[in-house]
Amino acid sequence: MIEVLQLLLYGTLLGSIIALGAVGVTLTFGILGFANFAHGDLMTLGAYVCFLIYTQLALPFWLGVAAAVPATIFAAMVIDRVLFRRFRQSRPIISLISSFGAALILRSLIQIVWGTGTYMYSAQIVLAQRFYGIRYKWDQLGIILTTLGIVVGLHLFLGRTKVGKAMRAMADNPTLARLSGIDTERVIVWTWVIGGGLAALAGLFLAMDTRLQPEMGWFLLLACFAAAILGGVGKPMGAIAGGYIIGIMMELSTLVLPTEYSPVVPFAILVVLLLFRPTGLFAGRSS
Amino acid sequence: MTGAGLFAYLVFFLTFAGIYALLAQGLNVQWGFAGMLNVGVAAFFAIGAYTSAIVTTSVSAGHLGGFGLPWPLGFLAAMVIAALLGLFIGLVTLNLRSDYLAIASIGIAEIVRLVLKNEEWLTGGVRGIAGIPRPLDGVVPGQNALVLLALVIVLIGLVYWGLERIYRAPWGRVQRGIRDNEAAARAMGKDSLVFRLQAFVIGCALMGLSGAVYAHFVGFISPEAFDPVFATFIVWVMLIAGGSGNNRGAILGAFVIWGVWSGTQFVTNQLPAEYVTQASALRVLLIGVLLQVILIYRPEGLLPERPPKPIWRRD
Repeated sequence: MIEVLQLLLYGTLLGSIIALGAVGVTLTFGILGFANFAHGDLMTLGAYVCFLIYTQLALPFWLGVAAAVPATIFAAMVIDRVLFRRFRQSRPIISLISSFGAALILRSLIQIVWGTGTYMYSAQIVLAQRFYGIRYKWDQLGIILTTLGIVVGLHLFLGRTKVGKAMRAMADNPTLARLSGIDTERVIVWTWVIGGGLAALAGLFLAMDTRLQPEMGWFLLLACFAAAILGGVGKPMGAIAGGYIIGIMMELSTLVLPTEYSPVVPFAILVVLLLFRPTGLFAGRSS
Repeated sequence: MTGAGLFAYLVFFLTFAGIYALLAQGLNVQWGFAGMLNVGVAAFFAIGAYTSAIVTTSVSAGHLGGFGLPWPLGFLAAMVIAALLGLFIGLVTLNLRSDYLAIASIGIAEIVRLVLKNEEWLTGGVRGIAGIPRPLDGVVPGQNALVLLALVIVLIGLVYWGLERIYRAPWGRVQRGIRDNEAAARAMGKDSLVFRLQAFVIGCALMGLSGAVYAHFVGFISPEAFDPVFATFIVWVMLIAGGSGNNRGAILGAFVIWGVWSGTQFVTNQLPAEYVTQASALRVLLIGVLLQVILIYRPEGLLPERPPKPIWRRD
């Protein structure tokens, strides 16, 4: 029992990280119409920028976060300006191929600057606390609570503000949104602000919980895609729910599967989903 | 480098580029003919390599088999197993839009990578499989490398011949129809799912064949040899640079991009040893930038697709 509760905690933690990554994936998928393969490497970039500020320059952690978020948003916008914008008039699949290339460009830049080794934010070993036998660290609770705060904020932003409503409209039906006079380029800028910012936080949280490594974001990308499809493409709140489901399933799977196979879980969920309910649990845009 | 050394390098280079040409030809059926995005090329390549290795090596405690069968059976098995994997993934995703296939195929690549690494009884785990026999060794004494290159060239030629035929045949026309306007093709009564599945499976089988050739060429395979991301990526760049949809373009692209890739190694070799990791990242970066430049300035590639002229029937 304790073991299951422990895995639920770890699952919620992993789910928070996947959820933050999946919001950007689902927004780009819905609004720009393609699966952005560079999203995982945007997460990695966010994690490494914080590493530069906090670990390498020994500045306060909040400053690392404050630098990682805008830096990742900036990178996402540069990629959009230089690459994706040129392909908006062609088929979305060309953007997907380009994003695959952009992912490798980002990753090799990270390798050139920081090398291929693995790092940690802090060499200090933090012992886990115990609560009725369940191990946890303050960092992990911080990640879970911060994510919950972000989810509430995102919900209010998408539901109450004009930009948020425009984003949801465009994610739901881009043509109809354009016809009703929504400034699509402005919505796209906001897509990268939200998607990129949350990607930076996802990467940063992942690095806090595990280690920094140039492929860390790429390895999480499949889980983010699966979460986005599970929640219905174009639905940020669906993607968040999907993220938690996938994170928890990945951790629970270690009860029956060898640990090294937990990355298979998002794929298995994806296959089952595509076979039986390709529009996602919460009925997103049809394929 | 001496003359003989240079010649040996040239043979090595051409054999390697030829293996990539087979991969690019396979991808061309999927992307060029049918417009399907497979981001798991490396997985099918690795499946082919391991299958043929297991079928042809002599019995070993380190992995499944080996069965010690002749290499043509290994090649055949490689194609069949890769095709079966393609069939599975195709059945799951091909009635959805192409993004879903791309996403599912990175999942397949990931699973294949994990299985290669962790299932020691099957693949030898990180120790890999050694002692894979070289086909046609000793047929022309002292010219084993050259004979293998000839085999690769023959395979490329056979595949080219076959692909040109199916490209020009009504089957290829239907593929282009589905790729360019699926609704119209379906309205003409074409079952787009079946056609796409066929194109996908043929492509996967060719990737499996390429993997088999690779395994017998290098003689030793281990999971590190199949970097799932880069191996897939460079094949994509080859096909797009050469010209998607053009069978000659796929071959040309493989040789050109493999030349660029090998050429950058000569440049980065001049760098001091402490920059080794940076240098290989820089090479990947250059290929990534090259892809973007091609996509922006010459998306049709070096040899653009030239579908055969429609035949006008007099009614």
